[in-house]
Amino acid sequence: MSADTDMGYVDGNAVIGAFTEVFGSDVSVVMLTCAACGAARRFVEAHVYDRGPGIVLRCPQCDEVTARMVRTPSEVWVDLRGVAAWRIPANVVI
Amino acid sequence: MAGRLRWQTGRVVAIREETPSSKTILFDVPGWPGHLAGQHVDLRLTAEDGYSAERSYSIAGPVDGERVELTVQRVPNGEVSTYLVDDLRVGDELELRGPIGGWFVWRVEELLPVLLVAGGSGVVPLMAMVRERARTGGVAPFTFVYSARSAAEVYYADELAGRARDDDGLTVSLVYTRSAPAGSHRPAGRIGQSDPDDLGWKPGAEGRVYVCGPTGFVEAVVGMMLDRGHDPSTIRTERFGPTGG
Ligand SMILES: Cc1cc2nc3c(=O)[nH]c(=O)nc-3n(C[C@H](O)[C@H](O)[C@H](O)COP(=O)(O)OP(=O)(O)OC[C@H]3O[C@@H](n4cnc5c(N)ncnc54)[C@H](O)[C@@H]3O)c2cc1C
Ligand SMILES: [Zn+2]
Repeated sequence: MSADTDMGYVDGNAVIGAFTEVFGSDVSVVMLTCAACGAARRFVEAHVYDRGPGIVLRCPQCDEVTARMVRTPSEVWVDLRGVAAWRIPANVVI
Repeated sequence: MAGRLRWQTGRVVAIREETPSSKTILFDVPGWPGHLAGQHVDLRLTAEDGYSAERSYSIAGPVDGERVELTVQRVPNGEVSTYLVDDLRVGDELELRGPIGGWFVWRVEELLPVLLVAGGSGVVPLMAMVRERARTGGVAPFTFVYSARSAAEVYYADELAGRARDDDGLTVSLVYTRSAPAGSHRPAGRIGQSDPDDLGWKPGAEGRVYVCGPTGFVEAVVGMMLDRGHDPSTIRTERFGPTGG
């Protein structure tokens, strides 16, 4: 399906669990700055494509890929090259 | 409540039909740490060959010891939802992790008025907020706009009607998209710009808006509210995907 035009995406809420498991603290309110367009948005606001082996996060502003995660039985692979900066609140409580 | 997120085993202790195409499933999860209204769990089903599928499901009720209640809509040909709605039995065990989410949540300390806008199964986390407000004696006024295809598709119908009747702080407005029952205050049709307005939720109003449902529904409602001049920083969203209407 074409990623940009249909409503096949969800939002960051759908993959908080997967990312929190890897990063160890709640990622919901982490601010991601898009490397392509510079927009800073909350993790939960990302557009997420999550069916198949990998999870793809896209910037809600410009639709560029910001992060990818692939999980296999033996490892988790994360590619964050589309994120210029992460801002993580000091007192993240779940 | 914090702590490392890990997979746990939940045992099904009760199942009830919510509508002809959805079920409310009550799990007992030993060691469950409690949760906030609006949070969800991830469920994982694993086949004998090791293939596994994970899906998120919102928690429908407020904190209740080690009990976790979900309501699942059957998505035609859906891999996970058809299993949960059609095949799951009391006594079965499933893997789940949670509670998840620190943004799409409501806490009783928050006193500002709240507008909840639900499409289809997007009602689940918003119902948790309505129930949490009642459980804690919350004073924040709640306005709840709930869009469903028809009366038969409305989750928690009797409970919602009862709560709206007994509680001056809760206004519930049902929007039917396909067929409205006789006597409805509004003809069948999608939520429009005037729906929040008609309920007193005008641009510039102080408060917070939670919108949840299928992705297309959330985009339409948010787009409409922004066009109408509502402040984007007051709106929180959760998208369930292409289905769930
Ligand atoms: C945070 C969150 C909370 C949720 N809470 C609830 C809830 O309380 N109750 C509830 O009933 N559902 C909820 N959902 C939706 C649920 O997670 C599943 O998406 C839904 O049950 C369909 O899964 P399935 O395996 O049955 O269907 P699938 O087999 O995944 O899909 C069936 C068909 O629908 C399409 N599809 C469905 N969902 C998606 C998607 N997300 N991405 C791409 N394609 C999709 C598929 O392409 C396919 O054509 C929630 C989703 C999220 C992200
Ligand atoms: Zn961008």
